[in-house]
Amino acid sequence: MTDQAYNFAYLDEQTKRMIRRAILKALAIPGYQVPFASREMPMPYGWGTGGVQVTAACLTPEDRLKVIDQGSDDTTNAVSIRKFFQRTAGVAITEKTAEATLIQTRHRIPETALTQGQILVYQVPIPEPLRFIEPRETETRKMHELEEYGLMHVKLYEDIARHGQIATSYAYPVRVEGRYVMDPSPIPKFDNPKLGGNAAIQLFGAGREQRIYALPPYTDVVSLDFDDHPFTATKADHGCNICGSIHSYLDEVITDDQGGRIFVCSDTDFCAERQQGTAA
Amino acid sequence: MNAFSKPDTPLFRVENLTKSYGPRIGCADVSFDLYPGEVLGIVGESGSGKSTLLSCLAGHLTPDRGQITYDGRNTLSMAEAERRKLARTDWAFVHQNPRDGLRMGVSAGGNVGERLMAVGARHYGDIRAQALDWLGRVEIAGDRIDDRPRAFSGGMQQRLQIARNLVTGPRLVFMDEPTGGLDVSVQARLLDLLRGLVRDLGLSVIIVTHDLAVVRLLAHRLMVMKGGFVVEQGLTDQVLDDPQHGYTQLLVSSVLQV
Repeated sequence: MTDQAYNFAYLDEQTKRMIRRAILKALAIPGYQVPFASREMPMPYGWGTGGVQVTAACLTPEDRLKVIDQGSDDTTNAVSIRKFFQRTAGVAITEKTAEATLIQTRHRIPETALTQGQILVYQVPIPEPLRFIEPRETETRKMHELEEYGLMHVKLYEDIARHGQIATSYAYPVRVEGRYVMDPSPIPKFDNPKLGGNAAIQLFGAGREQRIYALPPYTDVVSLDFDDHPFTATKADHGCNICGSIHSYLDEVITDDQGGRIFVCSDTDFCAERQQGTAA
Repeated sequence: MNAFSKPDTPLFRVENLTKSYGPRIGCADVSFDLYPGEVLGIVGESGSGKSTLLSCLAGHLTPDRGQITYDGRNTLSMAEAERRKLARTDWAFVHQNPRDGLRMGVSAGGNVGERLMAVGARHYGDIRAQALDWLGRVEIAGDRIDDRPRAFSGGMQQRLQIARNLVTGPRLVFMDEPTGGLDVSVQARLLDLLRGLVRDLGLSVIIVTHDLAVVRLLAHRLMVMKGGFVVEQGLTDQVLDDPQHGYTQLLVSSVLQV
């Protein structure tokens, strides 16, 4: 009964309009962080309140929704958010990447290539890529405004000086269309090459920080690096123990307390489809 | 370049610069020319407006009235992007407290390399080689390149700040009490180093201090400030040996003799 007391997709229409306006502006200026009046959501910050609000603003009753957390469809975060939208929007649900029209994700881009018409919504904890090296928000905004991005390379320099290589392995900074430096949310840098030239619309929502940014389809995205230390997309040097894929991003899973471990695809849908394919 | 032969055009010209904080005067009606290779000292007691003046000159504060011209360009009317570019290429600012001028969480090499990366250096090996070179020039051992400034002594931090500022080959350096808070032997070494760098690189320097020994060693010309006004200016030795204004006389005579 109470489920019917909510507006479609929980947020009221005025709020959705406000968020859509921010999304349109973000799409018009790829990589630019658009402020928006983030609402209190019935879940704690850190659970993806930004992503949830962007998803709510984009959902239509005809949409088919997929929610993943670290590539997986069945982790707590994904299950909670999926249930939330099932109850408040009543939209169709799928676990198949190819069938979904809207995918909300945390920390991964699906292995299956996205297609035109799909929307990928990222949950973003900290949208400001310069934050950890320049804590003043006024200063980082000025840096974005004036394209002063030398500081981002200081971070990479520190990595090489300390570890002999660029050790940043997630939330790896990118330059969008030769203009804005953007934090791609904590996706592994293995996924960075998929950001650029992607056919889908990519939206990034940061609820606590009240920022939305976006990559329109087929945007030019370059991962920052040094001439003598070029960017490399890394993954565990193994094949998946279940489906055998050597091209997908892997999770290391501890199986016992004797040091036993296996590597499995972090994208559960990708892995399951490969198993069915080999079984059939 | 010989510092004593004046070229025709000043590198830096200040005309009638005034900055007040509400009814209180920060600095008033300051005018001077600075020629390439020249070192100008600004002395005065606490609250005399010398730091306000320096902040206005370096673009950290906006003056109420007056003109500042650098190399034929008006720095007050230029776009902020251009001014900030100037500040990280042609200019340098050495803070009194190295913590204000350094990134304490970033290694010494990263600190020196920051300005290089800010102007577009993208080759790690080159950046590191230049950082090493500059650490050597300011007498910091090469094996400290990956240490954070936190692990450095006060004098080393100050030298690191100087290296970080000079790495892009600026032409004009602002210094705010660069030797403040250092003990005398470290001060002496730092002054020696500064004097050598200024001479070798032909830098123009505006140095603010309350330490007359510092300006005696470094500055060609001297400005004495009191209550926001310049009360006396001239050649350093002339001002210090034959002070005309009552306040300058007081200042010179209050230096402790050992």
